Amino acid sequence: MAELITYREAVARALAQEMERDDTVYLIGEDVAAAGGVFKTTPGLLEKFGERRVRDTPISEEAIIGAVMGAAMNGLRPVAEIMFSDFLATCWDLVANQIAKTRYMTDGQVALPLVIRTANGGGVRFGAQHSQSLENWAMSVPGLKVVAPSTPRDVIALMAASVRDPDPVIFFEHKGLFASRGEVPDGELVGRLGEASVVRSGSDATILALAAMVPKARQAADELSARGIEATVVDLRCLVPLDTRTILSTVAETGRVFTVEENPRLCGWGAEVVSIIAEEAFYDLDSPVVRITTDHIPLPASDILEDATIPSVARIVDTVTRSLD
Amino acid sequence: MNVAVVAGPDLDTRLRIYRMMLEARRFEESAHQMFLEGLVKGTTHLGIGQEAVAAGLAAAMRADDLTFCTYRGHNHTLLRGAPPGRLMSELLGRSEGVCGGKGGSMHLTWAPTGAMGSYAIVGAHLPIAVGAAWAAVERGTGQVAVCFFGDGATNIGAFHEALNLAVVWDLPVVFVCENNLYMEYTPIGSVTAVERPAADRAAAYGLEGLLVDGNDPDAMYETASDVIARARAGGGPSLVEAVTYRHGGHSRADPGTYRPDEEVRQWLARDPIPMYRARLAGAGASEERLEEVDQSVEAWIEAAVEEAKAAPEPTVDSIATEVWADGGSRWRN
Repeated sequence: MAELITYREAVARALAQEMERDDTVYLIGEDVAAAGGVFKTTPGLLEKFGERRVRDTPISEEAIIGAVMGAAMNGLRPVAEIMFSDFLATCWDLVANQIAKTRYMTDGQVALPLVIRTANGGGVRFGAQHSQSLENWAMSVPGLKVVAPSTPRDVIALMAASVRDPDPVIFFEHKGLFASRGEVPDGELVGRLGEASVVRSGSDATILALAAMVPKARQAADELSARGIEATVVDLRCLVPLDTRTILSTVAETGRVFTVEENPRLCGWGAEVVSIIAEEAFYDLDSPVVRITTDHIPLPASDILEDATIPSVARIVDTVTRSLD
Repeated sequence: MNVAVVAGPDLDTRLRIYRMMLEARRFEESAHQMFLEGLVKGTTHLGIGQEAVAAGLAAAMRADDLTFCTYRGHNHTLLRGAPPGRLMSELLGRSEGVCGGKGGSMHLTWAPTGAMGSYAIVGAHLPIAVGAAWAAVERGTGQVAVCFFGDGATNIGAFHEALNLAVVWDLPVVFVCENNLYMEYTPIGSVTAVERPAADRAAAYGLEGLLVDGNDPDAMYETASDVIARARAGGGPSLVEAVTYRHGGHSRADPGTYRPDEEVRQWLARDPIPMYRARLAGAGASEERLEEVDQSVEAWIEAAVEEAKAAPEPTVDSIATEVWADGGSRWRN
């Protein structure tokens, strides 16, 4: 049996699955308990697990992240919600200087099995401070694992893997995908971090995408197919660990590579991926690699402007078509 | 200074505290000496003059309690039970160092005895201590988290976020402000809205403002015993301001010349170690017994320095270890 659920329902289901399995899993954050989350990603958890394990916090991002770090040091496997990923900037010291480096600086004395979940990404008209795609921030810091699922099934499987992981994981939930639906099998679901998913196969081009760019890449691939171009679409799912094996093997098969990145262009994850391809698969390439990204600007709020800023299906189709001409 | 008058602990405890302070002093003096010899690299932030705070608290803690301290953390890590030779080795960047040479002076950690880290970004560890206390409550361990920080940290956001959450969640945390009167090179009073940077802020969180003479180890021990017992019994957090003085500058790069000569003279006259030694002599500790402690600490520090100097340098194989729990650093397959 499989069930059709939304991406936001998958978040609550994943957390419930893990909290039921392991009573050291706790959830804290702003409005996560009584309100069920401002994005309604955590409804029912308070009722199910009680006010000790599902707890509202003040608007204190440093305290929230510090609390899960200290708790992870002392026997819990806590999950923190940072309401919008943009707010990570207010607690980046705790994330990047403390959590990411503590295991290394103590030479393995201190383990930090914790998850920081956060609503990420644009397309929802919130403007430049509530819409950023910030996976790159986390990717650039040694010591953080970085997950960004695109489907309800992956939300559950990768959240489970993240909660069970012995290292700190930053888990990016895409706001633009919360209402999207997908099939989820019954029973416990546990994935593996660091495995990309080939969501569509074609021999003419490889399109690498993450999170909300995955459904756009799929749709673009369908439209390209109507034009006689068959594309492979890879959902990276994790940036750290990065599944370079899958990336490089699809590059070898198609010889043409496109990245679709929601982040502003400079130092986007695609730049790293492209550099790996250039170093390790240069002779597999039949044409220059092309990055399709948001321009290097803050995101505008207006629907007209935002839609023209973030990579669209039409832009992906046009870019791929022109490159293959 | 308005401080509580305390009867003081029993003589054995006092002798233990005296020894702890002396160990901390000799450790720092040796660290400084080895810095001058070029053996300790980078920087050091010495706790010379502030030993009564570290010893008073450490002596009052239970073995499984947790300490969080700052980059001026040699004293605290040592007095919570880190092996001195390995601690010193860490300052020398040796492979036998408590952090394998990866941490250095500002990141001393010895988790096996609850020294849960020295934090080098001002204020960062206050919320971390809150989290450790939260886990202690949820797991029912009865542990108390003790968090040391400087006066400068009282002006950073994390201080306020941590205090608020600790009170709201009623957690067993003892916040200890080591007010040494200077935030780095600047007098704390010139950049702070209230006279007592920690104690005057306590009321904002519904806490009692506890002001203690940080050069009096008995006062520190008694206060620590009270607030730790209260925290352990479910009475929630406390905020203690210990007024003390660092005898040197902020770090090894700072001669501390911005401090008035008279002020330095007065505080050096209140050096906690000779003061305490005289107090113990007056309280019935024989000169012979005190001398025995002094001699024993000299031998102790010599052994630690010798161990550190003889410790092997790290090999480059260790560079890429312990990023992840699998022991390695791989970020791709």
